[in-house]
Amino acid sequence: MSKRLTCDVVIVGAGMVGAACALYAARAGLDVVIVDRGPVSGGTTGAGEGNLLVSDKEPGPELDLALLSGRLWAQLAEELGGLGELGEVIEYEAKGGLVVASTPDGLAALERFADEQRAAGVVAGPVQDGALYDLEPHLAPGLPGGVYYPQDCQVMPALAAAHLVRVSGARLLTGCTVTDVLLKTDGTVQGIRTDRGDILAPTVVNAAGTWGGEVAALAGVTLPVLPRRGFVLVTEPLPRLVRHKVYAADYVADVASDSAALQTSPVVEGTAAGPVLIGASRERVGFDREFSLPVVRALAVGATQLFPFLSDVHAMRSYLGFRPYMPDHLPAIGPDPRVPGLVHACGHEGAGIGLATGTGHLIAQLLSDKTPDLDPAPFRPDRFPEFPEEEDT
Amino acid sequence: MNSPLDLADAHPGPAFTVTLDGRAIEALPGQTVAAALWTAGVTSWRTTRGAGRPRGIFCGIGVCYDCLVTVNNRPNQRACLVPAHPGDAIRTQEGTGHDD
Repeated sequence: MSKRLTCDVVIVGAGMVGAACALYAARAGLDVVIVDRGPVSGGTTGAGEGNLLVSDKEPGPELDLALLSGRLWAQLAEELGGLGELGEVIEYEAKGGLVVASTPDGLAALERFADEQRAAGVVAGPVQDGALYDLEPHLAPGLPGGVYYPQDCQVMPALAAAHLVRVSGARLLTGCTVTDVLLKTDGTVQGIRTDRGDILAPTVVNAAGTWGGEVAALAGVTLPVLPRRGFVLVTEPLPRLVRHKVYAADYVADVASDSAALQTSPVVEGTAAGPVLIGASRERVGFDREFSLPVVRALAVGATQLFPFLSDVHAMRSYLGFRPYMPDHLPAIGPDPRVPGLVHACGHEGAGIGLATGTGHLIAQLLSDKTPDLDPAPFRPDRFPEFPEEEDT
Repeated sequence: MNSPLDLADAHPGPAFTVTLDGRAIEALPGQTVAAALWTAGVTSWRTTRGAGRPRGIFCGIGVCYDCLVTVNNRPNQRACLVPAHPGDAIRTQEGTGHDD
Protein backbone atom coordinates (compact mmCIF):
# COMPACT_ATOMS: atom_id res chain seq x y z
CA MET A 1 0.00 0.00 0.00
CA SER A 2 1.36 3.42 -0.86
CA LYS A 3 -0.27 6.75 -0.42
CA ARG A 4 0.88 10.30 -0.47
CA LEU A 5 -0.52 12.66 2.11
CA THR A 6 -0.04 16.36 2.45
CA CYS A 7 -0.58 18.36 5.62
CA ASP A 8 0.77 21.30 7.59
CA VAL A 9 2.37 19.30 10.40
CA VAL A 10 3.26 15.64 10.70
CA ILE A 11 3.82 14.45 14.26
CA VAL A 12 5.98 11.36 14.81
CA GLY A 13 4.78 9.56 17.92
CA ALA A 14 1.25 8.89 19.20
CA GLY A 15 2.12 9.01 22.88
CA MET A 16 1.02 11.62 25.35
CA VAL A 17 3.28 14.38 24.05
CA GLY A 18 2.42 13.72 20.39
CA ALA A 19 -1.28 13.73 21.27
CA ALA A 20 -1.02 17.06 23.09
CA CYS A 21 0.99 18.58 20.23
CA ALA A 22 -1.71 17.38 17.82
CA LEU A 23 -4.49 18.90 19.93
CA TYR A 24 -2.96 22.35 20.33
CA ALA A 25 -1.62 22.48 16.74
CA ALA A 26 -5.06 21.57 15.38
CA ARG A 27 -6.65 24.24 17.58
CA ALA A 28 -4.17 26.74 16.12
CA GLY A 29 -5.73 25.96 12.73
CA LEU A 30 -3.07 23.58 11.42
CA ASP A 31 -3.83 20.42 9.44
CA VAL A 32 -2.17 17.62 11.45
CA VAL A 33 -1.24 13.99 10.73
CA ILE A 34 0.09 11.74 13.52
CA VAL A 35 2.10 8.62 12.74
CA ASP A 36 3.34 5.93 15.07
CA ARG A 37 5.04 2.62 14.32
CA GLY A 38 2.94 1.01 17.07
CA PRO A 39 -0.45 1.83 18.57
CA VAL A 40 -1.51 4.96 20.46
CA SER A 41 0.19 5.01 23.90
CA GLY A 42 2.31 2.00 22.91
CA GLY A 43 5.60 3.29 24.30
CA THR A 44 6.41 5.09 27.54
CA THR A 45 2.94 6.64 27.83
CA GLY A 46 1.39 3.22 28.35
CA ALA A 47 4.01 2.24 30.92
CA GLY A 48 3.74 4.99 33.49
CA GLU A 49 1.50 6.10 36.31
CA GLY A 50 0.02 9.24 34.79
CA ASN A 51 1.40 11.73 37.25
CA LEU A 52 1.01 15.46 36.76
CA LEU A 53 3.49 16.65 39.39
CA VAL A 54 4.91 19.92 40.58
CA SER A 55 6.07 18.55 43.94
CA ASP A 56 9.19 16.78 42.69
CA LYS A 57 10.53 19.71 40.65
CA GLU A 58 13.03 22.29 41.83
CA PRO A 59 12.53 25.91 40.72
CA GLY A 60 13.58 26.38 37.11
CA PRO A 61 12.33 25.90 33.57
CA GLU A 62 10.91 22.41 34.15
CA LEU A 63 8.84 23.60 37.12
CA ASP A 64 7.58 26.58 35.08
CA LEU A 65 6.53 24.16 32.34
CA ALA A 66 4.86 21.90 34.94
CA LEU A 67 2.86 24.80 36.39
CA LEU A 68 1.73 25.92 32.92
CA SER A 69 0.87 22.31 32.05
CA GLY A 70 -1.11 21.86 35.25
CA ARG A 71 -3.30 24.84 34.42
CA LEU A 72 -3.86 23.48 30.88
CA TRP A 73 -4.75 20.00 32.19
CA ALA A 74 -7.32 21.53 34.53
CA GLN A 75 -8.86 23.43 31.60
CA LEU A 76 -8.96 20.32 29.41
CA ALA A 77 -10.54 18.30 32.21
CA GLU A 78 -13.52 20.64 32.27
CA GLU A 79 -14.12 20.49 28.52
CA LEU A 80 -16.85 18.43 27.00
CA GLY A 81 -15.08 16.07 24.66
CA GLY A 82 -18.05 14.39 23.03
CA LEU A 83 -18.23 11.53 25.55
CA GLY A 84 -19.01 13.63 28.59
CA GLU A 85 -16.61 15.70 30.62
CA LEU A 86 -13.10 15.01 29.35
CA GLY A 87 -11.68 14.87 32.88
CA GLU A 88 -13.95 11.97 33.71
CA VAL A 89 -13.10 9.86 30.65
CA ILE A 90 -9.36 10.30 31.16
CA GLU A 91 -9.68 9.69 34.94
CA TYR A 92 -8.33 13.15 35.82
CA GLU A 93 -8.03 13.44 39.59
CA ALA A 94 -6.86 16.55 41.42
CA LYS A 95 -5.80 14.27 44.25
CA GLY A 96 -2.82 16.18 45.63
CA GLY A 97 0.61 14.86 46.50
CA LEU A 98 2.02 14.15 49.93
CA VAL A 99 5.79 13.96 50.35
CA VAL A 100 6.74 12.22 53.57
CA ALA A 101 9.97 12.62 55.54
CA SER A 102 11.30 9.74 57.60
CA THR A 103 13.49 11.78 60.00
CA PRO A 104 13.35 15.28 61.56
CA ASP A 105 16.41 16.28 59.50
CA GLY A 106 14.73 14.99 56.37
CA LEU A 107 11.66 17.04 57.22
CA ALA A 108 13.74 20.19 57.65
CA ALA A 109 15.35 19.63 54.23
CA LEU A 110 11.96 18.99 52.69
CA GLU A 111 10.58 22.22 54.15
CA ARG A 112 13.54 24.22 52.80
CA PHE A 113 12.88 22.71 49.36
CA ALA A 114 9.20 23.61 49.63
CA ASP A 115 10.09 27.22 50.55
CA GLU A 116 12.04 27.55 47.30
CA GLN A 117 9.16 26.01 45.35
CA ARG A 118 6.64 28.42 46.94
CA ALA A 119 8.70 31.36 45.69
CA ALA A 120 8.29 29.87 42.19
CA GLY A 121 4.50 29.61 42.43
CA VAL A 122 3.96 26.16 43.92
CA VAL A 123 1.31 25.69 46.59
CA ALA A 124 2.92 23.63 49.37
CA GLY A 125 1.48 23.21 52.84
CA PRO A 126 3.45 21.97 55.85
CA VAL A 127 2.06 18.83 57.42
CA GLN A 128 3.08 17.93 60.95
CA ASP A 129 2.32 15.26 63.49
CA GLY A 130 -1.30 14.25 63.51
CA ALA A 131 -2.16 16.17 60.35
CA LEU A 132 -0.16 13.59 58.39
CA TYR A 133 -2.53 10.85 59.53
CA ASP A 134 -5.61 12.96 58.82
CA LEU A 135 -4.44 13.10 55.19
CA GLU A 136 -3.32 9.44 55.02
CA PRO A 137 -4.68 7.38 57.90
CA HIS A 138 -2.84 4.20 56.87
CA LEU A 139 0.71 5.62 56.83
CA ALA A 140 3.28 3.92 59.07
CA PRO A 141 3.22 5.31 62.61
CA GLY A 142 5.95 7.57 63.97
CA LEU A 143 6.69 9.66 60.87
CA PRO A 144 7.68 13.27 61.67
CA GLY A 145 5.66 14.95 58.91
CA GLY A 146 5.76 16.01 55.30
CA VAL A 147 4.63 18.57 52.76
CA TYR A 148 1.28 18.57 50.97
CA TYR A 149 1.06 19.69 47.33
CA PRO A 150 -2.56 20.23 46.23
CA GLN A 151 -1.53 20.95 42.61
CA ASP A 152 -0.31 17.38 42.05
CA CYS A 153 -2.83 15.49 39.91
CA GLN A 154 -3.18 12.22 38.03
CA VAL A 155 -4.67 10.99 34.77
CA MET A 156 -4.91 7.53 33.23
CA PRO A 157 -2.20 8.16 30.64
CA ALA A 158 -3.14 5.71 27.89
CA LEU A 159 -6.72 7.01 27.93
CA ALA A 160 -5.56 10.61 28.08
CA ALA A 161 -3.40 10.27 24.96
CA ALA A 162 -6.13 8.42 23.07
CA HIS A 163 -8.82 10.97 23.89
CA LEU A 164 -6.60 13.95 23.12
CA VAL A 165 -5.87 12.44 19.71
CA ARG A 166 -9.59 11.88 19.21
CA VAL A 167 -10.57 15.38 20.30
CA SER A 168 -7.83 16.93 18.14
CA GLY A 169 -9.46 15.63 14.95
CA ALA A 170 -5.97 14.96 13.56
CA ARG A 171 -5.54 12.11 11.07
CA LEU A 172 -3.93 9.16 12.83
CA LEU A 173 -1.79 6.48 11.16
CA THR A 174 -0.78 3.70 13.53
CA GLY A 175 1.43 0.77 12.58
CA CYS A 176 3.25 3.15 10.28
CA THR A 177 7.03 3.30 10.63
CA VAL A 178 9.01 6.39 9.71
CA THR A 179 12.00 5.36 7.61
CA ASP A 180 13.39 8.76 6.64
CA VAL A 181 12.98 12.48 7.10
CA LEU A 182 12.77 14.01 3.62
CA LEU A 183 14.80 17.16 3.05
CA LYS A 184 14.77 19.59 0.16
CA THR A 185 18.01 20.46 -1.58
CA ASP A 186 18.31 23.57 0.61
CA GLY A 187 18.26 21.33 3.71
CA THR A 188 14.78 22.23 4.91
CA VAL A 189 12.17 19.63 5.82
CA GLN A 190 9.89 18.33 3.08
CA GLY A 191 8.11 15.59 5.02
CA ILE A 192 8.69 12.01 6.07
CA ARG A 193 9.01 8.66 4.33
CA THR A 194 7.18 5.76 5.90
CA ASP A 195 6.71 2.09 5.12
CA ARG A 196 3.27 3.11 3.87
CA GLY A 197 4.25 6.01 1.68
CA ASP A 198 5.45 9.59 1.94
CA ILE A 199 3.77 12.30 3.98
CA LEU A 200 4.61 15.78 2.80
CA ALA A 201 4.62 18.62 5.30
CA PRO A 202 6.80 21.68 5.91
CA THR A 203 6.99 20.79 9.59
CA VAL A 204 7.88 17.49 11.26
CA VAL A 205 7.43 17.26 15.04
CA ASN A 206 9.60 14.64 16.73
CA ALA A 207 7.42 13.40 19.59
CA ALA A 208 9.00 9.94 19.61
CA GLY A 209 9.84 10.04 23.31
CA THR A 210 12.61 7.62 24.27
CA TRP A 211 13.12 6.89 20.57
CA GLY A 212 13.42 10.61 19.71
CA GLY A 213 17.14 10.26 19.13
CA GLU A 214 16.47 7.80 16.31
CA VAL A 215 14.03 10.17 14.59
CA ALA A 216 16.54 13.03 14.96
CA ALA A 217 19.19 10.80 13.37
CA LEU A 218 16.92 10.25 10.33
CA ALA A 219 17.12 14.02 9.83
CA GLY A 220 20.90 13.93 10.26
CA VAL A 221 21.13 15.50 13.71
CA THR A 222 21.98 14.15 17.14
CA LEU A 223 19.69 14.34 20.13
CA PRO A 224 21.02 12.52 23.22
CA VAL A 225 17.90 10.72 24.45
CA LEU A 226 18.69 7.64 26.56
CA PRO A 227 16.32 5.07 28.07
CA ARG A 228 15.99 5.10 31.88
CA ARG A 229 14.11 1.98 32.94
CA GLY A 230 11.44 1.95 35.59
CA PHE A 231 9.17 -0.73 37.06
CA VAL A 232 5.68 -0.30 38.47
CA LEU A 233 4.13 -2.88 40.77
CA VAL A 234 0.33 -3.22 40.61
CA THR A 235 -1.74 -4.50 43.52
CA GLU A 236 -5.14 -6.16 43.53
CA PRO A 237 -7.99 -3.63 43.46
CA LEU A 238 -8.63 -2.09 46.86
CA PRO A 239 -11.04 0.38 48.38
CA ARG A 240 -9.56 3.88 48.66
CA LEU A 241 -6.91 3.31 51.31
CA VAL A 242 -4.28 5.57 49.73
CA ARG A 243 -5.85 8.93 48.99
CA HIS A 244 -3.02 10.98 47.51
CA LYS A 245 0.13 10.36 45.61
CA VAL A 246 2.44 9.59 48.53
CA TYR A 247 6.17 9.37 48.25
CA ALA A 248 9.30 9.49 50.37
CA ALA A 249 11.45 12.60 50.30
CA ASP A 250 14.37 10.60 48.77
CA TYR A 251 12.42 10.40 45.53
CA VAL A 252 13.27 13.99 44.61
CA ALA A 253 17.00 13.27 44.86
CA ASP A 254 16.64 10.09 42.77
CA VAL A 255 14.79 11.91 40.00
CA ALA A 256 17.51 14.55 39.81
CA SER A 257 20.38 12.05 39.92
CA ASP A 258 22.61 11.34 36.92
CA SER A 259 23.64 7.87 38.06
CA ALA A 260 23.12 4.87 35.79
CA ALA A 261 22.92 2.50 38.76
CA LEU A 262 19.66 1.23 40.20
CA GLN A 263 17.83 3.62 42.52
CA THR A 264 14.50 2.99 44.16
CA SER A 265 12.39 5.21 46.37
CA PRO A 266 8.82 4.45 47.38
CA VAL A 267 6.01 6.13 45.48
CA VAL A 268 2.52 4.86 46.30
CA GLU A 269 -0.85 5.89 44.94
CA GLY A 270 -4.36 4.58 44.53
CA THR A 271 -6.13 4.73 41.19
CA ALA A 272 -9.69 5.39 40.09
CA ALA A 273 -9.95 1.74 39.02
CA GLY A 274 -8.90 0.38 42.45
CA PRO A 275 -5.37 -1.06 42.16
CA VAL A 276 -2.56 0.70 44.02
CA LEU A 277 0.47 1.55 41.90
CA ILE A 278 3.90 1.22 43.48
CA GLY A 279 7.07 2.78 42.06
CA ALA A 280 9.62 4.05 41.47
CA SER A 281 12.85 2.59 40.16
CA ARG A 282 15.39 4.18 37.91
CA GLU A 283 18.32 2.50 36.13
CA ARG A 284 20.03 2.91 32.81
CA VAL A 285 20.32 -0.55 31.29
CA GLY A 286 19.48 0.22 27.66
CA PHE A 287 16.22 -1.21 26.31
CA ASP A 288 16.42 -4.37 28.43
CA ARG A 289 12.85 -5.64 28.98
CA GLU A 290 13.84 -8.48 31.31
CA PHE A 291 11.78 -8.71 34.50
CA SER A 292 13.93 -7.94 37.55
CA LEU A 293 12.90 -9.54 40.82
CA PRO A 294 15.44 -7.52 42.89
CA VAL A 295 13.98 -4.25 41.59
CA VAL A 296 10.38 -5.23 42.19
CA ARG A 297 11.28 -6.59 45.62
CA ALA A 298 12.91 -3.27 46.53
CA LEU A 299 9.74 -1.46 45.44
CA ALA A 300 7.60 -3.72 47.61
CA VAL A 301 9.87 -3.23 50.64
CA GLY A 302 9.79 0.56 50.27
CA ALA A 303 6.03 0.68 49.84
CA THR A 304 5.29 -1.55 52.83
CA GLN A 305 7.57 0.63 55.00
CA LEU A 306 5.41 3.61 54.06
CA PHE A 307 2.07 1.77 54.20
CA PRO A 308 2.34 -1.36 56.40
CA PHE A 309 -1.12 -2.65 55.36
CA LEU A 310 0.31 -3.34 51.89
CA SER A 311 2.20 -6.35 53.26
CA ASP A 312 -1.12 -8.26 53.30
CA VAL A 313 -2.12 -7.16 49.81
CA HIS A 314 -1.46 -9.13 46.62
CA ALA A 315 0.73 -7.66 43.93
CA MET A 316 -1.03 -8.78 40.74
CA ARG A 317 1.56 -7.85 38.18
CA SER A 318 4.29 -5.45 37.28
CA TYR A 319 5.14 -3.52 34.16
CA LEU A 320 8.15 -1.61 32.98
CA GLY A 321 8.89 1.27 30.70
CA PHE A 322 11.71 3.44 29.44
CA ARG A 323 11.76 7.09 30.39
CA PRO A 324 13.35 9.36 27.78
CA TYR A 325 16.35 10.56 29.78
CA MET A 326 18.27 13.68 28.77
CA PRO A 327 21.71 14.46 30.23
CA ASP A 328 20.45 17.70 31.84
CA HIS A 329 16.97 16.37 32.75
CA LEU A 330 15.22 18.92 30.52
CA PRO A 331 13.14 18.01 27.46
CA ALA A 332 13.94 19.15 23.93
CA ILE A 333 11.13 21.47 22.85
CA GLY A 334 11.14 23.71 19.80
CA PRO A 335 12.59 24.15 16.32
CA ASP A 336 15.94 22.57 15.53
CA PRO A 337 18.08 25.31 13.97
CA ARG A 338 20.21 22.65 12.29
CA VAL A 339 17.30 21.42 10.12
CA PRO A 340 14.69 24.11 9.39
CA GLY A 341 11.21 22.57 9.68
CA LEU A 342 12.25 19.92 12.22
CA VAL A 343 10.72 20.54 15.64
CA HIS A 344 11.39 18.46 18.73
CA ALA A 345 9.00 17.63 21.56
CA CYS A 346 10.63 14.76 23.41
CA GLY A 347 13.00 13.84 26.23
CA HIS A 348 10.64 14.54 29.14
CA GLU A 349 12.05 11.68 31.21
CA GLY A 350 9.50 10.57 33.82
CA ALA A 351 7.41 13.72 33.60
CA GLY A 352 6.07 13.52 30.04
CA ILE A 353 2.43 13.02 30.92
CA GLY A 354 2.41 16.03 33.20
CA LEU A 355 4.47 18.22 30.86
CA ALA A 356 2.61 17.20 27.70
CA THR A 357 -0.02 19.94 27.68
CA GLY A 358 2.47 22.76 28.20
CA THR A 359 4.74 21.21 25.57
CA GLY A 360 1.93 20.93 23.02
CA HIS A 361 0.80 24.48 23.78
CA LEU A 362 4.34 25.90 23.33
CA ILE A 363 4.86 23.92 20.12
CA ALA A 364 1.58 25.27 18.70
CA GLN A 365 2.56 28.82 19.64
CA LEU A 366 5.99 28.42 18.04
CA LEU A 367 4.47 26.91 14.87
CA SER A 368 2.03 29.80 14.50
CA ASP A 369 4.66 32.48 15.17
CA LYS A 370 3.09 33.59 18.42
CA THR A 371 5.11 34.66 21.43
CA PRO A 372 5.32 31.53 23.59
CA ASP A 373 3.97 31.71 27.15
CA LEU A 374 7.33 30.45 28.41
CA ASP A 375 10.85 31.20 27.21
CA PRO A 376 11.75 28.07 25.21
CA ALA A 377 15.51 28.78 25.32
CA PRO A 378 16.31 26.27 28.13
CA PHE A 379 14.69 23.52 26.03
CA ARG A 380 16.68 24.25 22.85
CA PRO A 381 17.24 20.93 21.08
CA ASP A 382 20.73 21.92 19.88
CA ARG A 383 22.07 22.73 23.35
CA PHE A 384 24.18 19.58 23.53
CA PRO A 385 27.63 19.07 22.01
CA GLU A 386 27.37 17.43 18.59
CA PHE A 387 29.70 14.58 19.51
CA PRO A 388 29.28 13.95 23.24
CA GLU A 389 32.14 12.23 25.03
CA GLU A 390 31.61 8.61 25.89
CA GLU A 391 30.10 8.27 29.32
CA ASP A 392 31.76 6.34 32.10
CA THR A 393 29.82 3.23 32.83
CA MET B 1 -16.78 -42.52 27.43
CA ASN B 2 -16.55 -38.83 26.58
CA SER B 3 -16.11 -37.28 30.02
CA PRO B 4 -13.02 -35.10 30.50
CA LEU B 5 -11.53 -37.76 32.81
CA ASP B 6 -11.98 -40.46 30.15
CA LEU B 7 -10.57 -38.32 27.37
CA ALA B 8 -7.46 -37.55 29.41
CA ASP B 9 -7.25 -41.12 30.75
CA ALA B 10 -7.07 -39.52 34.20
CA HIS B 11 -7.32 -41.55 37.39
CA PRO B 12 -7.45 -39.01 40.20
CA GLY B 13 -7.51 -39.91 43.87
CA PRO B 14 -10.69 -39.80 45.89
CA ALA B 15 -12.84 -36.67 45.85
CA PHE B 16 -12.91 -34.28 48.81
CA THR B 17 -15.18 -31.49 49.94
CA VAL B 18 -14.80 -27.74 49.74
CA THR B 19 -17.47 -25.12 50.39
CA LEU B 20 -18.82 -22.32 48.25
CA ASP B 21 -20.53 -19.72 50.47
CA GLY B 22 -21.05 -22.52 53.00
CA ARG B 23 -22.51 -25.03 50.56
CA ALA B 24 -20.53 -28.26 50.19
CA ILE B 25 -19.23 -29.13 46.74
CA GLU B 26 -16.95 -31.94 45.60
CA ALA B 27 -13.49 -31.46 44.18
CA LEU B 28 -10.88 -33.86 42.83
CA PRO B 29 -7.18 -33.82 43.73
CA GLY B 30 -5.33 -31.60 41.26
CA GLN B 31 -8.33 -29.49 40.36
CA THR B 32 -8.14 -25.75 40.58
CA VAL B 33 -10.85 -23.84 42.40
CA ALA B 34 -12.24 -22.82 39.01
CA ALA B 35 -12.38 -26.41 37.76
CA ALA B 36 -14.18 -27.52 40.91
CA LEU B 37 -16.70 -24.68 40.58
CA TRP B 38 -17.31 -25.41 36.92
CA THR B 39 -17.76 -29.11 37.65
CA ALA B 40 -20.38 -28.11 40.21
CA GLY B 41 -22.17 -26.08 37.56
CA VAL B 42 -21.09 -22.67 38.90
CA THR B 43 -19.86 -20.34 36.17
CA SER B 44 -19.90 -16.96 37.91
CA TRP B 45 -18.53 -16.13 41.38
CA ARG B 46 -17.70 -12.46 41.39
CA THR B 47 -19.26 -9.15 40.39
CA THR B 48 -17.36 -6.21 38.91
CA ARG B 49 -16.37 -3.18 40.92
CA GLY B 50 -18.19 -0.62 38.77
CA ALA B 51 -21.44 -2.02 37.39
CA GLY B 52 -21.76 -5.20 39.43
CA ARG B 53 -21.62 -7.45 36.34
CA PRO B 54 -21.11 -11.21 36.78
CA ARG B 55 -17.66 -12.71 36.18
CA GLY B 56 -16.12 -16.18 36.11
CA ILE B 57 -13.48 -17.84 33.93
CA PHE B 58 -12.35 -15.87 30.90
CA CYS B 59 -8.79 -16.78 29.94
CA GLY B 60 -8.38 -19.73 32.30
CA ILE B 61 -4.59 -19.38 32.36
CA GLY B 62 -3.91 -16.71 34.96
CA VAL B 63 -3.55 -13.74 32.68
CA CYS B 64 -6.83 -11.81 32.72
CA TYR B 65 -7.68 -11.61 36.44
CA ASP B 66 -11.38 -11.96 35.64
CA CYS B 67 -11.97 -15.06 37.80
CA LEU B 68 -11.03 -13.50 41.17
CA VAL B 69 -12.48 -15.24 44.17
CA THR B 70 -12.07 -15.28 47.96
CA VAL B 71 -10.43 -18.46 49.30
CA ASN B 72 -10.00 -18.97 53.06
CA ASN B 73 -10.66 -15.27 53.70
CA ARG B 74 -8.06 -14.13 51.18
CA PRO B 75 -9.76 -12.06 48.44
CA ASN B 76 -8.74 -11.65 44.80
CA GLN B 77 -7.22 -15.09 44.22
CA ARG B 78 -7.24 -16.29 40.64
CA ALA B 79 -9.62 -19.26 40.72
CA CYS B 80 -8.02 -20.69 37.57
CA LEU B 81 -4.60 -21.00 39.26
CA VAL B 82 -5.32 -21.76 42.91
CA PRO B 83 -5.45 -25.52 43.63
CA ALA B 84 -8.44 -26.71 45.66
CA HIS B 85 -7.60 -28.30 49.02
CA PRO B 86 -9.87 -30.32 51.31
CA GLY B 87 -11.99 -28.03 53.45
CA ASP B 88 -11.25 -24.83 51.52
CA ALA B 89 -13.82 -22.11 52.24
CA ILE B 90 -14.50 -20.48 48.90
CA ARG B 91 -16.60 -17.34 48.87
CA THR B 92 -18.09 -15.34 46.04
CA GLN B 93 -16.91 -11.76 46.13
CA GLU B 94 -18.29 -8.34 45.27
CA GLY B 95 -16.39 -5.21 44.36
CA THR B 96 -12.78 -5.18 45.50
CA GLY B 97 -13.33 -8.21 47.73
CA HIS B 98 -12.28 -6.06 50.67
CA ASP B 99 -14.80 -4.35 52.90
CA ASP B 100 -15.37 -1.12 50.98
